[in-house]
Amino acid sequence: MSFTINLTVNGVNYNDVIDTRVLLVDYLREKLELTGTHVGCDTSSCGSCTIHLDGKAMKSCTMFAVQADGADITTIEGMCQNGELHPLQEGFKEEHGLQCGFCTPGMIMTAADLLKNNSKPSEEEIRCGLDGNFCRCTGYQNIVKAVQYAADKS
Amino acid sequence: MIAYKFDYKVANSIEEAFSMLSSAGDAGSFISGGHSLVPAMKLRLAEPETLIDISKIPGMSGVAIEDGFITIGGLVTHAEVASSYIIKESCPGLAECAGVIGDAQVRNKGTIGGNVAHADPGSDYPGALIAFGATICLSSSEGSREIAAENFFTGLFDTAKEQGEIVTAVKVPVASSSAYAKFPNPASRYAVVGVGVALNMENSTCQSIIIGVTGAADHAYRAKESESILNGSELEENNIEKAASAVSESKEMMNDLVASADYRTHLCGVMLKRAIAKAKYRS
Repeated sequence: MSFTINLTVNGVNYNDVIDTRVLLVDYLREKLELTGTHVGCDTSSCGSCTIHLDGKAMKSCTMFAVQADGADITTIEGMCQNGELHPLQEGFKEEHGLQCGFCTPGMIMTAADLLKNNSKPSEEEIRCGLDGNFCRCTGYQNIVKAVQYAADKS
Repeated sequence: MIAYKFDYKVANSIEEAFSMLSSAGDAGSFISGGHSLVPAMKLRLAEPETLIDISKIPGMSGVAIEDGFITIGGLVTHAEVASSYIIKESCPGLAECAGVIGDAQVRNKGTIGGNVAHADPGSDYPGALIAFGATICLSSSEGSREIAAENFFTGLFDTAKEQGEIVTAVKVPVASSSAYAKFPNPASRYAVVGVGVALNMENSTCQSIIIGVTGAADHAYRAKESESILNGSELEENNIEKAASAVSESKEMMNDLVASADYRTHLCGVMLKRAIAKAKYRS
């Protein structure tokens, strides 16, 4: 069964007729080919599918795309502005906040929401804020440093 | 994990939602945040033929306080409960509970109405709402009714809510000495055991205490045996110990991959002690 959605993704307006059961993450990856948003666990535990919906970090594997009708979405592809890396992207690069990189887009999207609400978070606040994002490579140390780098820069 | 096919409709008013549901019949389901329903649909444990999105209905998204009661609209997200100045001030245990549900992203999307309607046994709110003496407000095309949280949660994913009813709001009396303590599942963050406590101390005597437990049994319950041990006491260590060993009552504890029944019994006592310590500090 189909439904027409109208939404904005990274500033671009889209109008698509989609199957109602398509998940938001699959719509972003397969229809819009924005493959920076990853699917890790597909059960809303790992956070690698995190995007911003109307400015708030959410897990796009646990939403049908039809629920995002009318929404303003930002994905990792929308974080870099005018060729300039977002301070968080720069932080992950400078502080070696990734190894395989699979969790990184989700980490950055969640951290961006965290910094919007708390521009100078403590280490504990960063760790609690990233509670819904799993990294299986780094032990989180450099991810925390990357977020601190971005907080210090802004 | 692809859900069965379904038809999707958006209700712009509560009346429209009822009329859409009556056309859909028993195969219709309401959805708000969807953080309980979507996972169940992806696993094909739930297969509604018509999904009626109630998240855009006006008038169910606010938090207000009047005559000693906080009214929280059914569409209020966990993040909004956790950060609400009114709730933090007037029922800190509830803000505390909302702040430890799932993770930041889940709290941005999941709603209090959907959470209580779904009644997951590992859900945090039910234990807290029972402890804080909350009332669940329901509406259907037949009219509205209110039911105490204590009587609302009736079984595994089962509540006193009838098909066709929407949780429009949750009302919570002001309880400044309230607290919630949980032991989270390390992956999903569901409560392996969660305990809510509302305390009323006068001088150093416990005038009344209400205890709600979630995660331990197949549905949240009120631990009256422990309450009666503590009522009228000065919350001395030996009384707290007695209450802690009684909090699992004669309830059948869940036994699963995450925790054995014995471990849950133990956690019930530990979480009760932690919740009492916090509530006492706030009194």
